[in-house]
Amino acid sequence: MNVTRGFMGRPRVHNEGLPPGQYDAGDDWPVLSAEVTPDLSPAEWTFRVDGLVEQPRTWDWDEAHALPASAYEGDIHCVTSWSKFGVRFAGVSLDAFLDVVRPHGSATHAVAYSHTGYTTNLPLADLTGGRAWIAWEYDGKPLPAEHGGPARLLVPHLYFWKSAKWIAGLTLLDHDEPGFWEQNGYHARGNPWEEQRYSGD
Amino acid sequence: MTETFAPVTRFAVPGRIAVSNRTAAVWQTATLTEVRRETPYASTFRFAVPDWQGHLPGQHLMLRLTAEDGYSAQRHYSIASPPDDPGHIELTLDRVEGGEVSGWFHTVAEPGDVVEVRGPLSGFFAWPGDRPALLIGAGSGVVPLMSMVRHHRARALDVPLRLLVSARGPAELIYAREFGAETTPVFTRSAPDGVPVGRMSAVHVAPLLAEQPEGGWEAYVCGSNAFAEHASRLLVEAGQPVDRIRIERFG
Ligand SMILES: Cc1cc2nc3c(=O)[nH]c(=O)nc-3n(C[C@H](O)[C@H](O)[C@H](O)COP(=O)(O)OP(=O)(O)OC[C@H]3O[C@@H](n4cnc5c(N)ncnc54)[C@H](O)[C@@H]3O)c2cc1C
Repeated sequence: MNVTRGFMGRPRVHNEGLPPGQYDAGDDWPVLSAEVTPDLSPAEWTFRVDGLVEQPRTWDWDEAHALPASAYEGDIHCVTSWSKFGVRFAGVSLDAFLDVVRPHGSATHAVAYSHTGYTTNLPLADLTGGRAWIAWEYDGKPLPAEHGGPARLLVPHLYFWKSAKWIAGLTLLDHDEPGFWEQNGYHARGNPWEEQRYSGD
Repeated sequence: MTETFAPVTRFAVPGRIAVSNRTAAVWQTATLTEVRRETPYASTFRFAVPDWQGHLPGQHLMLRLTAEDGYSAQRHYSIASPPDDPGHIELTLDRVEGGEVSGWFHTVAEPGDVVEVRGPLSGFFAWPGDRPALLIGAGSGVVPLMSMVRHHRARALDVPLRLLVSARGPAELIYAREFGAETTPVFTRSAPDGVPVGRMSAVHVAPLLAEQPEGGWEAYVCGSNAFAEHASRLLVEAGQPVDRIRIERFG
C-alpha cells in the first residue's frame, strides 16, 4: 500500500452497497459516451436478436412494449468510479425477448450493438435469469437521449459501459468477441465487485 | 428475416491505436516534481514516472490516492504533456469545489509527494499526429487537446491543426501564454476590449469547416457533458460527419 501524504479522503460512512474504488455520485448522473448523441425517435427504434438462435426477430417500439413490463430498482456502477443508488428503470426483461428467439445450446456470449454502431460483449449468462433489461423509462419518465433513450440495454450488475445506450440488437455467438471499449483496453466482463476495470484486472 | 439495419447516425469510430493492456493494468508510482499555476482555478502538476511507457496526445490515465486507513480514491485525468518528454508526465487539474482528489492536489500536494498512476488508457481520443485535427474544448477540457498542440509544435508537423477553446474570461484561459495562431479563444463572461463575449456558436465553427483540409478534419471535442453536447451539435450542423467526431466527457 502506497499511502499518500496528507490524504485522508472524504469522511466515510461505511456503505455495504459501494463496490471497491467507487464513490456515491448522489443525485448526479454523469454522461459518458464517446459519440454524438443521436436523435432517434421511438418510431425509428428497433431491437433485433439474431446469431445462434432458432428464430431471429426484430421488434419495433410497439411490439417491444407489448411484451410483459418489468422494472429494475437498485444500484448502477460506472467504471469511471461513480455509483448511483436506488435508481428506477422500467422496460422489458431480456428473458422475454430471448424466450421468443430461443437461443441455441451452443450460444455462450452476445455482442450488443447500438443504433450508433457502438458495441459491447457479454457472457449470455449475464443477460438471462432476470438480470438484464431493455429499458425505456428512468424514474417514471422516458429515458433521456443522452442516457441512451429511447431505449438502452441495462445490465446493472456489471460496469455501466456494458449497458449499451441506443440499443439496436444482440448477436448471439459461441465465443467471446471484444466490443468497442473492450478493444480499447477495458475488461471483457466488467464485474464492479471484483474491480474488473481494465483488461488484465 | 431480411430486415435491413439502417443506423440513424453512424459511429463505430475505431480507436486510433492499440492500447497495451499490460501497461494499463500496472500501478506505477509518480513523484511530483513541480507545480505550476495556470489560472486562479487550475494548476499543472509535473511528475517523474521513470517506467512510463509513453502515450499519445489525447490519452488519459487513472490516478489513485491512498489514505492511511487504506481508503483510496481513483480519478481519470487527461495527460497534458506531449509524448516527447521521457520519464515525465504532466496533468492539469481544475480545483473542484469540495473535490476529494483535486482538493488534495490544490491544498496539500508539494514536490516530493508520491501518487500512483496506471495507463495510458484508451486509444479512442488519441491523436497520433497523422490527420488534420479540429480541436474544440472548454475549461479543463483543453488539457488533452494541449497535448496535441504541443506534439504538433514539438515535432514541427505540417498537418493542419486548429483549436477553438472556450473559457469564462482571459484570466481563466488555461495555457493562454502558450497558444499561437492555431488557437481561437471564445470568452463567455468577460473578454479583452474589442473581443465579443458569448457562447461558442456556428460563427466560430462554420469558418473552420469551410476551409476543409485535404481529407477533411478529424474533430476532437472535450469538456463537461453540457459543453460536449453543445459543441458536437455545432459540428454536426456545420456538416462535420458524425463518425469523425471523437468526444471525451469529463462527467
Ligand atoms: C477521461 C477523463 C479525463 C479527465 N481529465 C481531467 C483533467 O485533465 N483535468 C481535470 O481537472 N479533470 C479531469 N477529469 C475529471 C476528474 O476525473 C475528476 O472528476 C475531477 O478532478 C473531480 O474529482 P474530485 O475528486 O476532485 O472531486 P469529487 O470528490 O469527485 O467531487 C466532484 C463533485 O461531486 C461532489 N461530491 C461527490 N461526492 C461527494 C460526497 N461524497 N460528498 C460531498 N460532495 C461530493 C463534490 O462536491 C464535487 O462538486 C477527467 C475525467 C474523465 C472521465
